[in-house]
Amino acid sequence: MSDIMLIESRSMLDSPHVRENFQLAGDLARAGNRVTLFLIENGVLAARQSAAGLPSLANLTVLADAFSLRERAIRPDELNSTIKPSSLDPIVDAMAAGHKVTWF
Amino acid sequence: MTTQTLTFVMMDAPYESARTATTLRLIDCALDKGHNVNVFAYEGAVALAFTRQDKHANKVHGREVAEEDHPLPKEWIAGLIAKAKSKGLKLDWINCGLCVDERGVQEAVEGTRRGSPADLWAWTGQSACTLVSGTKA
Repeated sequence: MSDIMLIESRSMLDSPHVRENFQLAGDLARAGNRVTLFLIENGVLAARQSAAGLPSLANLTVLADAFSLRERAIRPDELNSTIKPSSLDPIVDAMAAGHKVTWF
Repeated sequence: MTTQTLTFVMMDAPYESARTATTLRLIDCALDKGHNVNVFAYEGAVALAFTRQDKHANKVHGREVAEEDHPLPKEWIAGLIAKAKSKGLKLDWINCGLCVDERGVQEAVEGTRRGSPADLWAWTGQSACTLVSGTKA
């Protein structure tokens, strides 16, 4: 079992690969890994309640960059209830802990 | 918290991508948390530290140079280098030499230096983690 952080900075409108990346996050979590999906820049658009495309969040931690949310005028109450606004600290902490960190 | 060394790899030219600002935010966060940082800048990112960047006015909005206060990446990098120094941390910023030569951006912010992919290769073995900020596909 590995600790994995996947950073997605694009929206599904930016690239058709974003949906595949979300699927990968879900698959890695179902395979037993501890997976965090960190949404940043346009990636936070997927964190809205009204958005579709995120995988099942059952085994996944999903964070959204608070700065990116403010830039895009997305309020915390507009987020999917299981997604938390976050600073960048979790990314740096994951790197410092030697986790597998990948930025799509 | 144990001090670690984290490596960041950047390739986007100034003003081209939000990834540049995000990566610089991550570097700032890493320094705030007391980690040492390596930065390997290649391709267009070697221009981030170019000292001949200059501000300009914004005639459309009626702002002269001082009021417009156009952001310059070289100032952000100098700020990060100063922060690292004040905290007793290492921020080692390397610009890929061949990429510098191709673009003619030899004049770089003090505290940065010229290097090669061999430096990045060495860093990957010495760092807790290496994060690549790739060009947006």
